Amino acid sequence: MAKFNLKINGKNHEVDVDPSTPMLWVLRDHLKLIGTKYGCGIAQCGSCTIHLNGLAVRSCMLMVSAIGNQEVTTIEGLSENGDHPVQKAWLKVDVPQCGYCQAGQIMTAAALLEQNPNPSDSEIEMAMNGNICRCGTYTRIKKAVQLAATDTNS
Amino acid sequence: MTFVKTKIGRRSFIKTTSLASGGMLLSFNWLASCKMTREEVSALPNEWFKLNGYLKIGDNGLVTIMSPNPEGGQGVKTSMPMIVADELDVDWKDVIVEQADLDTDAFTRQFIGGSQAIRRGWESLRMAGASARQMLKEAAAQTWQVPTQEITTEAGVLHHKSGDQSMRYGEMASKAAKIPVPEEVELKDSKDFNIIGTSRKNVDGPKIITGKPLFGSDTNREGMLIAMIVHPPAFGLKLKSIDDSAVKGMPGIKDVFTLKVFNDNYEKTFFDTRTFNDVAVIVGNSTWEVMNAKKALKIECEPIESITETRDRFGNKWEQHTPSGLENTDSHYTQMEAMANRPATIQRKDGNPVAAFQKAAKIIERTYTAPFLAHNCMEPMNFFAHVKDGKAELIGPLQKPEFTEQTLSARTGIPLENIEIKMTRLGGGYGRRSYAHWAIEAALISQRVKAPIKLIYTREDDMTDGVYRPSYHAKFRAGLDANNNLIAFHVKAGGIPESPLAANRFPAGAVDNYLAEDWTIDSNLTIGSFRAPRSNFMASAEQSFLDEVAEAIGKDPIDFRLELLERAKENPIGENNDYEADRLVGVLKLVQEKSNWGTSEANVHRGVSAYFCHNSYAAQVLDLVIENNKPVVQKVTCALDCGVVVNPDGAKNMAEGGIVDGIGNAFYGELTIKDGVPEKNNFDTYRMIRMSESPKEIDVHFVENDIDPTGLGEPTFPPIFAALANALYQATGKRYYRQPFLVEKQVVG
Repeated sequence: MAKFNLKINGKNHEVDVDPSTPMLWVLRDHLKLIGTKYGCGIAQCGSCTIHLNGLAVRSCMLMVSAIGNQEVTTIEGLSENGDHPVQKAWLKVDVPQCGYCQAGQIMTAAALLEQNPNPSDSEIEMAMNGNICRCGTYTRIKKAVQLAATDTNS
Repeated sequence: MTFVKTKIGRRSFIKTTSLASGGMLLSFNWLASCKMTREEVSALPNEWFKLNGYLKIGDNGLVTIMSPNPEGGQGVKTSMPMIVADELDVDWKDVIVEQADLDTDAFTRQFIGGSQAIRRGWESLRMAGASARQMLKEAAAQTWQVPTQEITTEAGVLHHKSGDQSMRYGEMASKAAKIPVPEEVELKDSKDFNIIGTSRKNVDGPKIITGKPLFGSDTNREGMLIAMIVHPPAFGLKLKSIDDSAVKGMPGIKDVFTLKVFNDNYEKTFFDTRTFNDVAVIVGNSTWEVMNAKKALKIECEPIESITETRDRFGNKWEQHTPSGLENTDSHYTQMEAMANRPATIQRKDGNPVAAFQKAAKIIERTYTAPFLAHNCMEPMNFFAHVKDGKAELIGPLQKPEFTEQTLSARTGIPLENIEIKMTRLGGGYGRRSYAHWAIEAALISQRVKAPIKLIYTREDDMTDGVYRPSYHAKFRAGLDANNNLIAFHVKAGGIPESPLAANRFPAGAVDNYLAEDWTIDSNLTIGSFRAPRSNFMASAEQSFLDEVAEAIGKDPIDFRLELLERAKENPIGENNDYEADRLVGVLKLVQEKSNWGTSEANVHRGVSAYFCHNSYAAQVLDLVIENNKPVVQKVTCALDCGVVVNPDGAKNMAEGGIVDGIGNAFYGELTIKDGVPEKNNFDTYRMIRMSESPKEIDVHFVENDIDPTGLGEPTFPPIFAALANALYQATGKRYYRQPFLVEKQVVG
C-alpha cells in the first residue's frame, strides 16, 4: 500500500492503495466516483474513459502510481452543472439507451473537441472507435458530437 | 371514449386506496439514486397523496409516476409513465418519474422480455391514469356540489362546465385520495392523446450524462465488501476443489470458499439456468484486491456426468438433458449438418409437399447457419445483497425480478415478504439478465459472510460464464413449377440445444404445399434468450432464402413477397398463420416508398428484408457500398408497424439500436468453443461493432394506425441480418449462408 495525492476534478484527494491499482478502481471503490464505468479492464471498450491533463485515457489500465501531479477529470467534473457543450448535445439528440457506456463516450468526445474543434466525420469515427456502445447508439453519438462542435464554434 | 372495467390491476387499486384512505402522507422507501428527476428541490410539494400504485400527486400539483418495469435501454421508464400521464391529463413537465421496486401486489408483469412491456402494460397504465383522473373529478364534484359529468380536466386542472369553478389537481389531491376507486373508468380516444405520440426525452438523460449512480454496479454501502467468483474454465467440467493457500494472506482478502448455487434436489424453474453450479468465491475489501486474488486462486475440476433434470416452465414440467463431454464448434457444425439430413419432427404440413417437390420443375435448396453469441452487456453481471436477521435486501439489474425473488426465497429459505428487491437501471440486458443466478449467488455470499456485499463478474467471467444465444441451422427448399410459380416450400431447422423454428410464420399461409420440421441437439453449454430469440436467426435465413428464390424466378424481391402476401391475405392456406398479411404488406410498401426502391445509384447495392415477430412488423432496405475492399453500410431505411407509437423519438432510437446491433452481430458476432472452453473472453477477441462500421444513416418510419401498441425492443433486430446479406450479395455476387459474414482478414469485393 502507498499514499497518493491525486488532483481530481479540481480537488485534492489522498488515497492509500496498492500502487498497481488502476485509476478506475481508485475512482469507483475508494473515492466513490462511480460515473466512470468498468467495461472490459483491458482498454478495449472505452467505458472507463477519463481525462488526464485534458487527454482521453482509459482508466482501467492506468495505474494510480503513474498519475503524479497530472490533472484528472471524470464525468462528474466535466462541467459544474452538466452543461458542457457535449453533455448538452447528448441531451438534445437524446443519445442514450441503457446509458452505461455514455459517460465514456462523452469523455472521449469532449477530449476530441478540445483537440480538434471541427472534426470531420471520419475524424469523429476514428476518435470514437475506441468506445463500444452495445445498444448501438452510434448514429446519435456522431450526431451529438457534430452538434457539440457546432455549438462550441458558434 | 372507451369505458373499461378496472378489473386488471384492481388488487393494486384496492390495496393502495385503503392505504391512502386517510389521505395521509405516505413514506416511500425509494432507492436513493432514483429519487428525483428534477433538480429544483424547492418545487417539491409538502405532501404527496397516493391515488393508486402507479401515481401520487403532490399538494402543489407535481405528479410522481412509478415506472413499473425494469429499464435497460428500451425506454420504458419514459414511455410507460407517458401513458399514465396522458390518461391522468397532466402536463409532462409536472411529472417526476420513479422506478418502482418489485411489488407483485401493485403491479403486473414487471418484466423485460419479449418486447411486451408496452403491449401488456397498455391497459393497466391507462387505467391507472384514468381512474386517478376520475377520482379527482369526483372529489371536485363533491366539493363544488355538482354532478361529476359536468367536470372536465385540462393539463392538471379541474374545471366545472359553467366556467365558475376550477382547481388544480394538487389542491384536490387529498380529497381524491379518499374517493373509492371507480368500478369503471373512461379512457381517452386515441385522437385526444396529447402526450402519447409526442417525443419525450429519456427521463434519466440528465443523470446518465453527468455520471450519477443509476446502475447496479454503482451501489455502495457502508461496510460493503466486494465478491467475485471463479468458475470452471470449460463447459463439461465442474469444480472439484480449491487451493486457496496463495490467496488467504493476500491484502484485503476476507474470505475464500466454494458455493453451491442451486441445491441438488431443487427443481429449477425456467430462468434458473446455470451450468457451473459450484463456484469458488473470493470476498475482499476492494475490486482490485479481489481481482488479483482471483488470478492466484487454484481450482481443480473434474468432468460432469450426463444428467436429466425435471424443470418447471411456468407450471409445465420438462426434461432437460445435459450431456457430459467437452464440446467443440467444429463438431457442432458437423452434428447439425447430420441432423439436417435425418428425419425430424413435423411441426406443420399443408397440402402434399412430397408430391409437389416431386413434380417441381426446379428445386432451390440452401442451408444457413449461425454461431453461439454472447450477450456482452456493457455492464458486466453484478448484484448487491445484504442478508441480515432473516431478511434480504437485493439491489441490481434484473429482467425478471419476480422469478428471481421466488428462486431466491426457495434457495435461502427467506420468505418472500422478507425479500426486498430494488431494480436499478440495467447496463444492457438483451435477455442475459433474465437468468439471474448472480443475484442468488450474491445473496448466498452475503448470508455467509454476514455483510453487505457487491458481487461483480469480470468481463471475462461475463463472457465465459454466459447464457448464450444457441447455435442454429436451417435448410430451406423451394419448389417451382415450369412457370416459376412457388408450389412447395420446406423448412427444416434445428439448433444446439433448441429449435429456432416458428412453423406458422410467413411464408406459411402463402404456399399450397408447405412443410416445417425441426430437431435439436443436446449440449452442456448454457443457452437462453438473446434479443428476439429464434427469430434472430430464422429471419436471417428465411429472408435471405426468399431473396434467392425471387432472383431465380426473376422477380423483384419486394414484389415477390407482396405477391405471396396477397395470397396469404386473400386465400390463406391453413388456419394458424400467426401474422397479419396486411400489416406485413404495409411495412413492405412503406419501406419501398421511403427508400425509393427501384431507383438505382451507381455503386450502391441494396438488400431488402421484412419480418414479423414479437407482435410487430419491420421491413428494411439496406444500402451498401464497397470502399477499400470493405463493405460500408451507407443507409438503412426501416418501416415499422407497432401500432400506436408512444414516444416516437425514443422508438426511433430503439429501432436504430436494433439495426446497428444486428449489423454488428451479422458481420462479427461469434463465440466459438474448443474443448468446452469459450475461445473469446474479452473485447480484444470478441469483435463488437464500432462507430466506423455502423450505418452512416438510419431512416425510420412508422405505419400510422390506432392499433394498441406492440413492442419495439426486438423486431428491428432479426430482419437486418438478411437485408445485409442480400445487399452483400448484390455487391459481391456471393451469397452469405454462414454467420458471421465477415471473418478475420476476409476481404469482400
